[in-house]
This record gives sequence, structure tokens and C-alpha cells, in this order.
Amino acid sequence: MTDLPPDRVLTEIGMTAPAATADKGTGTGQILLIACGALAREILALIRLNGWDHMTLICLPANLHLYPDRIADAVEATVIKNRDHYTQIFIAYADCGTGGLLRDRCDALGVDMIQGPHCYSFFEGNDAFALHDDEITAFYLTDFLVRQFDAFVWKPMGLDRHPELRDMIFGNYTKLVYQAQTDNAALRAKAEECARRLGLDYEYRFTGYGELTTALTDVAQKN
Amino acid sequence: MSDDQDDIILSELDDDELVQQMFDDLYDGLRDEIMEGVNILLERGWAPYDILTKALVGGMTIVGKDFRDGILFVPEVLLAANAMKGGMFILKPLLAETGAPRVGKMVIGTVKGDIHDIGKNLVGMMMEGAGFEVVDLGINNSVEKYLDALDAETPDILGMSALLTTTMPYMKVVIDTMIEQGIRDDYIVLVGGAPLNEEFGKAIGADAYCRDAAVAVETAKEFVGRKHNQGVTA
Repeated sequence: MTDLPPDRVLTEIGMTAPAATADKGTGTGQILLIACGALAREILALIRLNGWDHMTLICLPANLHLYPDRIADAVEATVIKNRDHYTQIFIAYADCGTGGLLRDRCDALGVDMIQGPHCYSFFEGNDAFALHDDEITAFYLTDFLVRQFDAFVWKPMGLDRHPELRDMIFGNYTKLVYQAQTDNAALRAKAEECARRLGLDYEYRFTGYGELTTALTDVAQKN
Repeated sequence: MSDDQDDIILSELDDDELVQQMFDDLYDGLRDEIMEGVNILLERGWAPYDILTKALVGGMTIVGKDFRDGILFVPEVLLAANAMKGGMFILKPLLAETGAPRVGKMVIGTVKGDIHDIGKNLVGMMMEGAGFEVVDLGINNSVEKYLDALDAETPDILGMSALLTTTMPYMKVVIDTMIEQGIRDDYIVLVGGAPLNEEFGKAIGADAYCRDAAVAVETAKEFVGRKHNQGVTA
């Protein structure tokens, strides 16, 4: 199994992790997962934990989320490039700000994807997340985003160069919710620090892997 | 844009040079320099409306185009907007006193469930700069709040903004309610926000989707112009 590359690589480049039983480099595992780089750590952990040796993982750069209109094209290109080598392809993305475009593209390509609007929702559970009508002023971070806070939030918003913009950008938010996939004291401390930097209240919410686990379990059991 | 800000004394520039320099200063988000430039032009006898349209809106239009083309990003646009706000702070009371032309009136707000207002605020500011009276409803607006504002303000234009794919469908709720109440055609409905596109605007029954603040201004002017022409020929 391929080692997890650094978060910076997952953010900007992505990765390929061949299945343990696959012909390395050519990709002949039964199932191909095409995922967001922000989910690489969690998906590889699930593959290892469950012994899903028939799964190959390709992660697209996580920073595609900064340009959601590019996600569907990137996913489609990866499906087309790889579909002759796999029995099944599954897209480990939710809608992720594509406004239904990714779902339409997946339907046209004949591949399935994770249900829900975004990872904040499926990590917590889509039904449970939908009940948070009172959380429109919440800013969510996952484990990956806590680790990559500067690369994904602070720098793209220009706050490293112009901290005075903070309240123009985050002034309508009231709290930062850290949705933790793992129980990690260092990440909790960093998330709290992120909240302080943004001038927001802090809330810790352990979610585990939520519906990412159930979605991938369904895929694994079909083959 | 320019690297030698410290060497430039704004008051020593002639009018054309100063306006060009204000374009640069807006681009670079230099609020203090913009406020100084506005004051200099006022001292030279410029009408507030001319300063607004020729220096500030002209400069922000360049910023808007470069944002659209991927040359500038959100932080730079925010800094530019902040600089323009500084200029507007000086000009606004003077515009009211001098009876600047009013092109039309717009009610604008971010839809229910959405708290994002950067784009909306930019549109509101640029619309004001273009001579529109703008009533800003803020964020998280229900259909009732929009309709109450239409009733109370009788604007020419309703502007709705959303940043989230999960909240943008609410625009259709507002438009459908306007249709139900028989008031849809009384207003020009413009929509905007990062996840929207022209197709979505048409699908929900808006008059136009505006991809950025500069386009919103041009579109608003065009529609208000048409509306007025219809009034003349009817």
C-alpha cells in the first residue's frame, strides 16, 4: 500500500494508491475510487482497516475546491482515462459546490458518488447535518482543513498579507465548528487556535468518518 | 500596480494624471490615497458625480474586469472596494446635496440560509456609484422580507445573491411567490453569486444572471433603460 503523501501534495497535486493486489502502475484492481485529496487519509485508513485490497485510490488535488466549477471536468477526465482497467469506479466526492453538475456528470458516465452536499454533511451524517438550520453562521473545519488551515483558508483569503480583511470576510460568521474525524489533541488545539485567529467562537464535534464509511462499505461489498 | 507610491505627490498631478493615478490606487487598494485624490478633485471644482463615475467607478471597473479574468482575486477586490468606500464616504453626502442624477432604485439582499455578502456588497457599491439608489436588506432574507421591501421601497430592480449551491434555489422560491402574487413583471430581477450561471438564472425566471458587479451595473442600466423606453412608447 502506498504511503500517504504530505498534505501539501494532496492539496496541490493529488495521489494514486494502487490496490495491494493490483499490478502496480497499470491499475488492474477491481474498484477504482476517485476521491478528493482532502479525503485521502481517511479513505486509505478505511482500506487498510477493512482489508479492501481490491480498491485502488486516485485522489485529485484538494484545492479543486477553491474552483468548484472545475471538479466535474477533472473527475470526468480521470474516469475516462481509467475506466477500461476497472470493474467499477466510485466517485468519493459529494456535490462539493458543483450545484448538481458533478451528479449529472456521474450519471452520464454511469458511475456513482457519495450522497450529500459536502464532506461536512456526510462526515456528520447527511440527515443529522440537515437538521442544523440554526448553523448558517458556522464555519466548518475537518481534520484535513485544520491541518491545512493556512493553505486553504488564511492564504487564499489574503489574511496573511491583509489581516484587516478578516471581518469583511468572516464578519457574519459566529463560530468555528471542528468536525473531528479522529480524536487528536494536537488538532483540537490547532482548531481552537484557528477559531481565535478568525475571531469566532469554537465548538468541537467528533464525527468519525460518518457516511464515508458506509458509502465505501457499500462499494466494497458489491464486488 | 505602481511601485513608487512614495514618490508621487497627488496634488502635483494634473487632472488626467490624477484620475489615472486613482485608478492605480484603487487597483492597489490604497484607501487613504483614494480619499486624498477625491478631496483634491473636489478642491479643483469637480462635481461629486464626476469624481464618482470618472475616477472611482472607472477604477473599480478595471478591478472587476481583472477579477473576471483571473488576474485579481477576492482579497485584492476587497481591498479595492474598501478604498472605494473611503471615496464614497466623502462623496455620498455631497451627491445628495448636489442632486446627482438617479438612474433607478434597487433592493438587494442575500437569500435565506446564506450569510455571504462580499459579492452583494460589491454590487451594491458599484450600483450606487452608477447612480442607483440601493436598499440593502443584508443577509439571510426570507421571501417575506424581500416582498415587504418591494412593497415599501417600490424599486425598479430586485437583486438576489447566494454563494452556496444549497441556498441558491431559494431565489426561485422568491420569484415563484412574486408570480403567484402577480407582481413578478413589476420588477427587474437580477441574480448573482459564485455558483450561479446564466442557465440557472433563466431556469428560475430571473431577468438576468450577472457574473460580477460590473456586469450587474451594465445589465441594470440596460434593463432600466428598456423599462423607461417602454413607458414612453406605451
